Amino acid sequence: MSTPLLPPIGMLAELTHRCPLQCPYCSNPLELLKANRELDTETWLALFSEAADLGVLQVHLSGGEPTLRRDLEQLIAGLAGRGVYTNLITAGVGIVEGRIEAFAEAGLDHLQLSFQGARPATTDRIGNHKGAHEKKLETARRARAAGLPLTINAPIHRHNIEEVPEFIDLALSLGAERLEIANVQYAGWALTNRDQLMPEREAVDRQAEIVAEAQERLAGIINIDFVTPDYFAIYPKPCMGGWARDAFMVTPDGTVLPCHAAQTIPSLSFERFEPRRLSSIWADSPGFNAFRGTDWMQEPCRGCERREIDWGGCRCQAMAIAGDAAATDPACAKSPIHARMAMLVDEAKRIATAPSREEPFVYRRIGAMTESA
Amino acid sequence: MMALRERAVVSLRSVPSLPKHARIQYDSVRQAFAVLSPEKIFWPNDISLDILRRCDGRSTVGDIIAGLAADYEAEQEAVATDVIAFLQEWSDKLLVRL
Repeated sequence: MSTPLLPPIGMLAELTHRCPLQCPYCSNPLELLKANRELDTETWLALFSEAADLGVLQVHLSGGEPTLRRDLEQLIAGLAGRGVYTNLITAGVGIVEGRIEAFAEAGLDHLQLSFQGARPATTDRIGNHKGAHEKKLETARRARAAGLPLTINAPIHRHNIEEVPEFIDLALSLGAERLEIANVQYAGWALTNRDQLMPEREAVDRQAEIVAEAQERLAGIINIDFVTPDYFAIYPKPCMGGWARDAFMVTPDGTVLPCHAAQTIPSLSFERFEPRRLSSIWADSPGFNAFRGTDWMQEPCRGCERREIDWGGCRCQAMAIAGDAAATDPACAKSPIHARMAMLVDEAKRIATAPSREEPFVYRRIGAMTESA
Repeated sequence: MMALRERAVVSLRSVPSLPKHARIQYDSVRQAFAVLSPEKIFWPNDISLDILRRCDGRSTVGDIIAGLAADYEAEQEAVATDVIAFLQEWSDKLLVRL
């Protein structure tokens, strides 16, 4: 291998696929796992302990909605006991009183709260959950009262891109240290709903200006991280910082993956924690080694001066759009099919603006696309 | 609506500390000190680490500069320029509270 194997730094733990919201861009797979497939408390704790041994410094506790796990306090305490930085990624809906305080007490370092809209009607519609916005505001207030640092996460698409200035005001008013303006990544449910979610070029350009101005104006007051939209890009994102380079994720049943959508690459298979050890999955499994480093690359990636900056971009996007997981991410201007991205944007606009009386989204829920295993 | 917070500017009288969302952690796998924060991990060099460790919520920037100048046997003015620039940068990234 051309690059040395490093220990992983970060891990995303999808504790459950259960969720009170039904966002049409969810990064979970279309085939959602039911509660009876979830790892139990002891197994998660064993996995976290191995992750810490392996060099993981930061664990993002996500889902689905991770607070639906009744043992979340125990899991946080287990990680905190190993000095691992814990970040809870929550929708902030339906968290019973006293629990946020219990998370803080267990050693939670940081809470990231999603808002589907800056306006209540948008939040409630996108998550398909009446009253969600009000509940999220309450969660933010309780997190601050418990002394927890707060990030507001705003997934951006056609139906809320004009609310970006209001998202900035919202994050400031809630006392957040950080705001993520995160354009939706078109994998999972978002790929299914791509035509309805894709923003228009003019709105994307406007958004970039608004964010750049706010980042400068609010330096030292709030950190604004901007996840740019791939379909309008010149260079691809170094997805996951490079395939299996310094981070991985675990699904509710303990399957260990290099990224959210890795299972959409049909030629790859992935292994589960227990019986296999995390360290051997990280170092030796064919799925993790498939796109590690640069040896797998074809032209134009192979000879590109950015090959160790972008790491070829996103393998799953290459699979979805180019039909070849080893192709250059089509988001890259050097990809031979880069023009297809602009065509997909135009096609989405035509479909999304066509008159229709039906609800445009396929909402995310078990059985909406396929029967759950 | 809360009052809009203001960008903090370093002065010799500032009393820096690490905010709650950032902490220094020794990593036994990589045998180095890391600063952990919500999405990013920083690997400060020895001098940066020495400055950050002195951000204890009690010492003023003036105290920190005097301490570093004594320990490194360096000119106070040169140390002051570097320390103030470093703390301003870290404050702007919300990794140091003033």
